[in-house]
This record gives sequence, structure tokens and C-alpha cells, in this order.
Amino acid sequence: MAVAQAKQDLTEARLAGLEMPAGAGWATEARQGALARLRAMGLPGRRDEYWRYTDPTSLTAAAAPRAALFDPGDEPPLYDGIDRLKIVFVDGVFDPAQSDDLSAEGLEVERLSDAMAKDIHWARDLYGVLEARGQVPVARPLAALNTAFATDGVAIRATGKVSRPVSLIYLHRAETSDAILHHVVRVEEGADLTILENGPAAARFNKCMEISVADRGAFHHVRAQGRDHERRAVTHMFARLGAESLYKSFTLTANGVLTRNEHVVELTGDDAVAHVAGAAMGDGKRGAFHHDDTVFVTHDAVNCESRQVFKKVLRNGAQGVFQGKILVKPGAQKTDGYQISQALLLDEDSSFQAKPELEIYADDVSCSHGSTTGAIDETALFYLRARGVPKDVATDLLVLAFIDEAIQEIEDTRLADDIRLRLQQWLERRRQG
Amino acid sequence: MLSIKNLHVKLEEEDKQILKGVDLEVEAGRVHAIMGPNGSGKSTLSYVLSGRDGYEVTDGTATLEGADLLEMEAEERAAAGLFLAFQYPVEIPGVGNMTFLRTALNAQRKARGEDEISAGDFLKLVREKAKALKIDADMLKRPVNVGFSGGEKKRNEILQMAMLEPKMCILDETDSGLDVDAMKLVADGVNALRDAGRAFLVITHYQRLLDHIQPDVVHIMADGRIVKTGGPELALEVEQNGYADILGETA
Ligand SMILES: Nc1ncnc2c1ncn2[C@@H]1O[C@H](COP(=O)(O)OP(=O)(O)OP(=O)(O)O)[C@@H](O)[C@H]1O
Ligand SMILES: [Mg+2]
Repeated sequence: MAVAQAKQDLTEARLAGLEMPAGAGWATEARQGALARLRAMGLPGRRDEYWRYTDPTSLTAAAAPRAALFDPGDEPPLYDGIDRLKIVFVDGVFDPAQSDDLSAEGLEVERLSDAMAKDIHWARDLYGVLEARGQVPVARPLAALNTAFATDGVAIRATGKVSRPVSLIYLHRAETSDAILHHVVRVEEGADLTILENGPAAARFNKCMEISVADRGAFHHVRAQGRDHERRAVTHMFARLGAESLYKSFTLTANGVLTRNEHVVELTGDDAVAHVAGAAMGDGKRGAFHHDDTVFVTHDAVNCESRQVFKKVLRNGAQGVFQGKILVKPGAQKTDGYQISQALLLDEDSSFQAKPELEIYADDVSCSHGSTTGAIDETALFYLRARGVPKDVATDLLVLAFIDEAIQEIEDTRLADDIRLRLQQWLERRRQG
Repeated sequence: MLSIKNLHVKLEEEDKQILKGVDLEVEAGRVHAIMGPNGSGKSTLSYVLSGRDGYEVTDGTATLEGADLLEMEAEERAAAGLFLAFQYPVEIPGVGNMTFLRTALNAQRKARGEDEISAGDFLKLVREKAKALKIDADMLKRPVNVGFSGGEKKRNEILQMAMLEPKMCILDETDSGLDVDAMKLVADGVNALRDAGRAFLVITHYQRLLDHIQPDVVHIMADGRIVKTGGPELALEVEQNGYADILGETA
């Protein structure tokens, strides 16, 4: 189908400001392929069904709108007490000075540009490959744009049980920075890897991660998107899972004028497990807040389990969106698919839109989904207040309780507790104004 | 301690008058009981005193040690020393019992300008009080009242009371749903707190609890008013003859 002229113009206007990084033959081929995909789809517009609840205009515009820097005061950085391999990007550029030495047991880490300069590299089987698979049946043009033009990132290969998490830290220093990062992650058979991400990254951030988990491999992902109020982000996680593998991802979002997190997970080996969770907390009072979780899980093997748990707490006109789909392909018998998306609206100005979908082509499956939108439980609130807990503190206790089901998806209790502690501190700081 | 004068209360949402002129004085160091038929307004009185939304005071006053309760937020009333053991304790999934207790205790201390209790002292205190009420460590760890049996919920109310050490304790049918042994535990918990600086208002339908917690004064409430006040013998009369005679006398 031909791309409408307006869409072509929009796409070309964005492309005019971008330069394709050089690399080995295969790398350039992958990037050119992505560019061709992008041109065939065109960048998303408000009329696209997949962008019905979220306006992509500022994500597709030629220039990034500016975003003021957030001052976290004297808060200790996230994951502070956790021994991890730190890899730091400043406004989307790898910073070797602030990063650890990129070597660890059971792990190969390379800067993306180094990997893509080599004629022979494992990244060839991944870079743009999972992204391209993820373009069907729904177009994800911003991910294709990312593959074509990503300027930095890392290639990570885990060959054994990696003791220390790899911690990707995204610092935001320039008010108009526009960053495109792309990571490729390969978890080999039986290997076990945890990736942590945190930080606002840039005024506008387009990030893509492609993850292949081989048979019996395990991939854990804990992400906290930075609290800069004016930041914008579109992120894609493309994962392909082998037999008996495990994939667990959790994302915490607080603040951000616009965030769209897409997750595309394909269970291709029998007995694989994928859990994708997110907690978003938005307050429209400090600038707009719009958060969109868009998830697409495909079951293409027998006896796999998938679980989506998304919680949103919205106040002062904050907006939340959830689009979640479970597709069970023919033959994917004994599939266990679960999806829940819930919003807690703290006032009448805030809103939540959910579009849960099931598409099932196998007969022996158990799939369920649910979505709820509710206000704070007044009875519980009164009970807490009657015991002397002030209204705002009581509200926050109930907020934390509401979110906790998503946090429980984090397997490592140290990481889960760190996330809980942060949330408490942020809420406390918010109360103090 | 607690002084209620001519209290008139209607529902905020509907034109329904529930309390129609309640007068009640509870002195420090004393235990008062309120009995009365279902729907006479006993729980409503306890909710209005503790600051629940949904009611409108159309006339009258309520003070705690001279301070106007009706002007305060619910949490301020608690910090001032008012405590309500709920007829139906509320389940709060996701909020741990210990977190709840510590947050409440420290919030009250803070409101009174006192220092927060240390984590160690808190733990010691809660273990000691819980043990007396036969509340095990597992119940303390669970979310507030979630999965508690009816009797466990009531004991948990008394644990909160023991931890918070309020001045004015209102117990709304804390005896309902308790087995004989639990009733004894709860009564012991209440009696342990009895002292000259503290007062109790015990709402109940049965003489049984009053066997354990000897009241000084018994009131009968009917149709939104205190219609009769007497000594402990009044409760025995209700137990034997029901309300018909008493209400007949006052009608
Ligand atoms: N929120 C409400 N909405 C409608 N009616 C109410 C509400 N609250 C109280 N009432 C009514 O007010 C009256 C008094 O209720 P209340 O719960 O105070 O009685 P009670 O004396 O505690 O009864 P019980 O002995 O059964 O516990 C009842 O008729 C009740 O239905
Ligand atoms: Mg009642």
C-alpha cells in the first residue's frame, strides 16, 4: 500500500536531519534494510490505529523539543548498593570515563560501533532481525528508524551465569539532546543475565533492545526511566525466547511528558516463560504526563507461559494507556496467557485507556485478561486516617500497595526492595512539595 | 473526657436523620457501655466521632478534653487520643500489618511533637503486645486484616489500641464473632489499659463482654437518642427481657 503523501513528507523531514553511521557490509545492509522498511511504512501519525491513544507528533518531529534537567537533590543513585557493571551514556553517547571496564566473567560486552565494524560478528544475526520480525502484523516505524540510524549502544553476549548485573545508565545533560540507542543482547544456552537500565537519557530518547534468549537461558530486566518531567521517550524491546527459557522485565516510570514503551515478545521454544511488568506514576501538575505501554506477546510453541502486569497511578490530569495483545498461534497448545492492566485515578481529571486483545488459534489454551480503572478505596483511607495516618501519607501507602503487584514480578528481592524504597522516597519528596 | 451534647446527624447524600439529639458524658477513668437495637445509630455515633465522611452534623457538639472534635480531621482526632475499634475492621491488601502499625504510631507521635519510635523499640513493643493477644508473627507479617478470621480481625483492633495507647477508646461490637477464649483475651487487653487517665465507650449487644469488662455506666440507645442510663444492672435487664420493656417505659 502506498504511503500517503503527508506521511512521506513527515518521514523525509525527519530523515533529513539523520546520518547513517558507517560500518561493515552486513551492518550497512541491516541499516539500509531498516530504512527501506521505514520508508515503506512511513512514520506514525495520529490517524494510525496503533497510535490512537498517544500522539506521536513530538516523537516524529524533525527536532527534539527541549526538556529541562531534573535535579534529584541529594538522593543516592538507583541500584546504589548493588554490585554491577556500569555502562554510562551521556545524552546518548557512551562515556568510557564514567563506565567500568567492559569485561566480566561469562560476559562479552562491546560498544555497538565496534561490533558493527567487524566483518564477522554474532550481532549480525540479531541487529535489526528481531525488529524486522516485530513489524508484522503491526508496524513499528520508530523502531525501524532506530535500527537505521542508531548512533550508539552495546552488544552483550552472556555465555554463563553472570554474577553481576549489567547496568546501563543514561544521563541527561543537554536540554535539547536527541538520542538514538540500540542494544543487542544474546543469552546463550543455559546462561543467565540481568540488565538494569535507568535514567532519562536525553530530551528525546529512541531506544531499541533486541534480545535473544537461547534454550534454558534466563534474562532479567529492571528499568527505571528518569524523572525529568519534560523528557520524551519511545522504547522497543524485541525478544525471542528458546525452549525452557525465562524472560522477565519490569519498568518503573515516574514523570515524563511522553513515554511509549513497546514490548514484542515471541515464545518460540516449548516451556518458555515471559513476564512483562510495569508501574507508572504520573502527576500532571508538574507538566503533562502521558504514559503508554504497548505489549505484543506471541505464543508459537507448546506449554509456554506469559504474564503481563501493568499498574498506573495517575493524578492531576495524567494520562495512561495500555495496549496489550496475546496472540496464540496454531499449535501453541497448553498456552497459559495472563494479562492485567489497572489504573488508580486519584482525581477526575486523569484518564486511562486500555485495549486488551486476545487472538487464539489453538484449542487447548488458558488465557485471561482484565483491566480496571478505579479510585482510591475510601474505606481503607478512612481506616488509616482513623489510626492517625495523615491523608496524604495514607494515600501514598495505598498507592504503594496498588503498585506492588507489578514490583513483585522482579525476581531479585534486592532489586525489588531498591525499587520499593525509591518509590517511597519519591512519594515522600513529592508530599514535601 | 468525652462530652457530647445534643448531637444531631444526618446522611450527607440523603435526607435521613440518624442521630436525633445524643447527650453523653464519659469521664476519665470510667467505662461506659452503649446497648440498643439494630439500626439505632450506635455505629453512626462512633463514625461521626472519629471523623468519617458522609455524615453531616446539623446540631450539637462533641469535645474530647475540651477540644472540638467535629472541627478536626480524622487523623487529628486520632492524634488527640481518640480510638475506634471498628465493628467491621477493614482489609487493606498490599499494606503490611507492621508497616501500618509503625506508620500510625509514628504519625501520631509526630503530630504530638514527640520523637519517632526506633525500629528496635517498635519491634519489641509490638511483639510483647501481640503475644498477650495471641497474635502470631505470621499475622503481623500479613497485609492488614487480609485473610484474617472474624475473631482475628477483632484481636488485631485491640492490638492497635494497645500500641497506640489512646485516651478515649470506643469499641464497636468488638465482642461479636469472638469465641469464648478470644473474648477473654480481648477483655484482658482492655482491662490492662484501664487507668485513671483513660476512658472507654463499649458498644455491645451482649452482657457476656460486660461480665469481663465491668462497666460503670450503661446507656440504652434507640432511634438516634440515649433513652435510658443506669448502672450495670441495666445490661442484665436487657439480657433477660430484651428492649421492649425499656423502650415501652420511655416511649
Ligand atoms: N451510609 C448510610 N447510608 C444509608 N443508611 C445509613 C448509612 N449509615 C447509617 N445508615 C442507617 O442509619 C441507621 C443507624 O445505623 P447504625 O449502623 O449506626 O446502627 P447500629 O446501632 O450500629 O446498628 P447495629 O446494632 O446493627 O450495628 C440504620 O438505619 C442504617 O441503615
Ligand atoms: Mg453498629
